[in-house]
Amino acid sequence: MNQQELEKNKEYKYGFTTDIESVRAPKGLNEETIQFISKIKKEPEWMLNWRLKAYKRLKSLKEPNWQKPKYPKINYQDLYYYSAPKSAQDKPKSLDEVDPKLLETYAKLGIPLKEQEKLSGVAVDAVFDSVSVATTFKDKLTEKGIIFCPISEAIQKHPALVKKYIGSVIPITDHYFATLNSAVFTDGSFVYIPEGVRCPMELSTYFRINASETGQFERTLIIADKGSYVSYLEGCTAPMRDENQLHAANVELIALDDAEIKYSTVQNWYPGDENGKGGIYNFVTKRGACRGKNSKISWTQVETGSAITWKYPSCILQGDNSVGEFYSIAITNNYQKADTGTKMIHLGKNTKSKIISKGISAGNADNTYRGLVDIKQKAVNSRNYTQCDSLLMGNKCGAHTIPYIKNKNSSSIVEHEATTSKINEEQLYYCNQRGLNQEEAVGLIVNGFCKEVLQQLPMEFAVEAQKLVGISLEGSVG
Amino acid sequence: MLEIKNLKASINNKPILKGLNLNIKPGELHAIMGPNGSGKSTLANVLSGKNGYEVSGVLNYKGENLKEIPVEVRAQKGIFLAFQYPLEIPGVNTNIFLKTSLNSILKAKGDKELDSLAFLKLVREKSLELGIDEKFLSRQLNVGFSGGEKKKNEILQMKILEPYLSILDETDSGLDIDALKIIAKGVNSSRSSKKSFLVITHYQRLLDYIKPDFVHVLADGKIVKTGCGELAQELEKTGYTKLN
Repeated sequence: MNQQELEKNKEYKYGFTTDIESVRAPKGLNEETIQFISKIKKEPEWMLNWRLKAYKRLKSLKEPNWQKPKYPKINYQDLYYYSAPKSAQDKPKSLDEVDPKLLETYAKLGIPLKEQEKLSGVAVDAVFDSVSVATTFKDKLTEKGIIFCPISEAIQKHPALVKKYIGSVIPITDHYFATLNSAVFTDGSFVYIPEGVRCPMELSTYFRINASETGQFERTLIIADKGSYVSYLEGCTAPMRDENQLHAANVELIALDDAEIKYSTVQNWYPGDENGKGGIYNFVTKRGACRGKNSKISWTQVETGSAITWKYPSCILQGDNSVGEFYSIAITNNYQKADTGTKMIHLGKNTKSKIISKGISAGNADNTYRGLVDIKQKAVNSRNYTQCDSLLMGNKCGAHTIPYIKNKNSSSIVEHEATTSKINEEQLYYCNQRGLNQEEAVGLIVNGFCKEVLQQLPMEFAVEAQKLVGISLEGSVG
Repeated sequence: MLEIKNLKASINNKPILKGLNLNIKPGELHAIMGPNGSGKSTLANVLSGKNGYEVSGVLNYKGENLKEIPVEVRAQKGIFLAFQYPLEIPGVNTNIFLKTSLNSILKAKGDKELDSLAFLKLVREKSLELGIDEKFLSRQLNVGFSGGEKKKNEILQMKILEPYLSILDETDSGLDIDALKIIAKGVNSSRSSKKSFLVITHYQRLLDYIKPDFVHVLADGKIVKTGCGELAQELEKTGYTKLN
């Protein structure tokens, strides 16, 4: 085939996508936009009405402003709330067109070429490795009766399940960003694990077909039926490109009797440049309900990206003997800001919660742990253990710990431990003297500091996350 | 191996080393003794390249000017310092630290890095040789180690990293006789025509087990006396004050 033919062939191949490209909701937040999204997604009427109800509620809500990191006012009428995935023509044609700095980071993380292409948004052939891998996995899941699909698909195919559980943990009346998400969410994941089934593999968005570019208002719903178990991985260690500045996702988890959900996140959205210009606002609502007795929900998060991270993955411990866990690493460098933590609401008897938070701050960054442990009167014999450690690098950054503790009965026990320390020059010198350069030394010390949380990550994630911890702090010492 | 001429070092404008001369040839073991505050640890720090010192004079290692070379590169080139107070690094497994360290050095040399299996074999071999319980290698680096365990860990690291120039900064301080013997064994079994040692100590005791080629007395930032092994014994009897 000569060059000309090749070009022609290309044009033809991509020609199909032009129709999709023109699909874009009109600018602004209003009922028409919501109707537009609902129609594109071929949603049943109840879903549209649910969205509209949320929108109505939204109009009476104000953005919260009690958080530490402040941000310029967002003009919600100036945003697009739906646009179809970019056509292949707009995407970089090959890795040669991708920012070399980004590629450098991929290389450091040891990400295979195929994945690099996917992550950096390179237009790739429809048939490539991971898709076929994903299909094989899907067959295996279907065999066990597990549903794992985009939530837009679940709304059409499994309306009863969605209707029953969506908004049952994060009601549409909850707060500004959660309500905004309810009105305009575009897509996300849906997982249902049937009674007594142990999901045979870690579910990750990476293996979901068409998972890319689910947009800035992602919605995820995971239901673990009685006696089931699932481990879900969200995000990716590689830095993600995205045009949207505001990300307001909602994640709802429901664990019924004796069920367990493990939810792990690695968040590495664009953090802005060294001067604090640009970067994603990551304002996410994540909440899990341990609805059944002896159920368990465990959140693990490694937050290294975004200009502002503002989230509190929480557990509502309704069932007796239920367990909630929160393991967090939040790394802020340059001008990044994080205000993150958890809420553990103890309602059932003998409920237990554990919070391990590791905040690392470098450059001019600011890192806040904010958490609530709320033991209600009927939650007798409940326990909480909280440990918040902060590590400071340099003398221009900040670390704050704001724990709220409420205990309404006398049989429950709450423990809180907190430390703040600075990365020790002598430790660095010791590592240097053993041949480790500054970067390796910082990576090693910080990984040691975060160990208890890193151990919680599934194997696939843990190794990459360890590297990421070091890379995120590059250039922050000496 | 090491050539030091008129070495001066000060910290926060306070002079500590005031014109020190020292020559160490390959295969030699030099001991440095001296009273508190004479500059012994400063010498160790300056040789390893620790930040914060103003340094002047000649400081050559294997014919190369050390002064502009950063700490980790000196380490990669084969300079090892056994710390007087080894640092604790919580959460970091001793084995992993050692492996990272060894592989950084191998990599800098252009040698093949060791995988976990080969590394563990090496560690086992070396700890057995020194009579060190390898169990502490799976503990967090120096965390909760006794003083003796920390020092033994330093010597084990020296054995594994195989440096050309080993500097022992009061490694013998505070050790019981059994630990002292392990340290001595570590040094003696490492001696070869290619490796040199600079052993800084307060006491003659260590030199009963390690035979130095030269003993130097450091006082007020200078070497004031040099002799052979007998000098140490003499000092043990008379003390340092007579020298001034």
